[in-house]
Amino acid sequence: MSLITIAGGERLSRSASIAPPPFRLIGRHLRPLAVPIALLAIWELLAHAGVADPRFLPSLEAVVARGVAEFSRSGLGVNLLASLKRDLIGFVCGSVAGIGLGLAIGFSRLIERLLGPVLLVHRQIALFAWVPLISMWFGGGEAGKVVFIALAAFQPTLINTWQGVSGIPRSYRELADVLTFGWFDFARIIAIPGALPQIFTGLHSALIYAWTATVGAELLLNIAPGIGGRMNEGQQLFHMDLLLLCVLLLGGVGVIFNVIAGAVEHRFLRWRIR
Amino acid sequence: MSGPVAISAKGRGKSHALEITDVSKKFSVAGRQVQALSHIHLAVDEGEFVSIVGSSGCGKSTLLRLVLGLDTDYDGDIRVDGHRVERPGLDRSIVFQEHRLLPWLNVEANVAAALRQSGLSAAERGELVRDHLHLVGLDQFAKAHPAQLSGGMAQRVAIARALVTKPRFLLLDEPLGALDALTRLRLQDELQRIVRHEGTTAVLVTHDVDEAVYLGDRIVIMHPHPGRIATVLPVTAAVSRDRSDPNFIRLRDEVLSWLGVSRTGNDAGAELARRSA
Ligand SMILES: Nc1ncnc2c1ncn2[C@@H]1O[C@H](COP(=O)(O)OP(=O)(O)O)[C@@H](O)[C@H]1O
Ligand SMILES: [Mg+2]
Repeated sequence: MSLITIAGGERLSRSASIAPPPFRLIGRHLRPLAVPIALLAIWELLAHAGVADPRFLPSLEAVVARGVAEFSRSGLGVNLLASLKRDLIGFVCGSVAGIGLGLAIGFSRLIERLLGPVLLVHRQIALFAWVPLISMWFGGGEAGKVVFIALAAFQPTLINTWQGVSGIPRSYRELADVLTFGWFDFARIIAIPGALPQIFTGLHSALIYAWTATVGAELLLNIAPGIGGRMNEGQQLFHMDLLLLCVLLLGGVGVIFNVIAGAVEHRFLRWRIR
Repeated sequence: MSGPVAISAKGRGKSHALEITDVSKKFSVAGRQVQALSHIHLAVDEGEFVSIVGSSGCGKSTLLRLVLGLDTDYDGDIRVDGHRVERPGLDRSIVFQEHRLLPWLNVEANVAAALRQSGLSAAERGELVRDHLHLVGLDQFAKAHPAQLSGGMAQRVAIARALVTKPRFLLLDEPLGALDALTRLRLQDELQRIVRHEGTTAVLVTHDVDEAVYLGDRIVIMHPHPGRIATVLPVTAAVSRDRSDPNFIRLRDEVLSWLGVSRTGNDAGAELARRSA
């Protein structure tokens, strides 16, 4: 049997034989939350100790109250949905383009030679450097924002897909030749599944990059419904509680994206774990 | 051992099933020419089981690659039924030393992958896959993934994948070389049974002189630098397939002496040959 099974079995038996006391188990599950909770506590302390000006650092309960108010009427919820929708459209467009082009480059030496150098230069350009160009070409409205988000998702999916396909071992290419595979079978049966771990790595990054770019686009381009729009509002109207609420929301969505990506990866790459 | 009468009778008369005529192959490594194969002549009949032994680097794998059609840049001629080999085809299968199963596909799908280009219906493919998993004794493991199999089981799946297309030629490149001694002995018997059952013509490359004598109808002995055929020894009917039979041991010692290992008459010689190879 494989090493992995043995290792898994060992872990199982160990946790079964020497059962740790229940509070240690709880402790282990709460460990990742320790630092955030500590930070919130420090925040509360600072807000209440009179160290910080409440206009700049409202207390946690003020932010929570703001959140309750915002979500009970159709305020921030609508904006969050608007941002998520924009993010999703950009992410899908950018990733599809990135995976498609990455596969093409990975399959074809000719395309790799033609596009490789251009893409390596493209990689050197900071994402936010595209903002002025995009706003000139596509405008600062919805189109420009989605293009910017798509660009953010495009880069990591492209690079990772490309590397994933070109990392397919030569022995598998030889196997494809022996089995007289055409390019379609090679892609479907060997190249794409073989590159899948890397493609997922790219998609995972793209999900996070696209979310960052969503807020960036909303802050830097024209004001529109969205979290970034509300942050602009919070800044201009001096609503610190709204601003902080938005920041917490952005982080929360990022965490949820991470969890979803991890679960999807786990589901599709089970053959690696077994 | 010969294949089913009907097939071998059909092949008789005109040409050999596989004909390798005056084949030479050069590689250039770092600007230097390496003669991997030099003037290879070998004719294999339908249903025959040919063993090839020789030290490492004498061009055995290269020869199999040429027969597969993976590399067509060589001098000389390789013909199947009189037709020159131009490219890989489903009539020629190979089992590599490493099983080369795709880790993301389960056992069944790995075997079925060989039938992608067969033009058969899904039902026919499913039946062939089931039959061949049964043939190698792995019916119970159809849904398992390669990571869950032992080395011997994985190699059996590789054998099933090679045979599922019902190839005329089964090429085996040290297929049991990576397995432990017991598993190897067991799989030698299985290989013999399976190849006989399918009536396939087999070319086996091996480091193991015992294995070559045990499985082969003929033994091709190759020498390196440049890779060439030193001699071809027939395994006569007098050599029963019993490893302790005096005839068996005599033939094994003859092969060993062709490989430059002194006749020891005991297992140390075979072990030495295995190591030096
Ligand atoms: N693709 C290649 N490029 C350069 N040299 C090669 C290549 N394949 C094989 N050779 C050389 O050809 C010779 C025979 O190799 P190979 O057929 O693998 O030997 P064997 O299988 O008998 O051990 C070796 O000297 C090896 O270095
Ligand atoms: Mg070899």
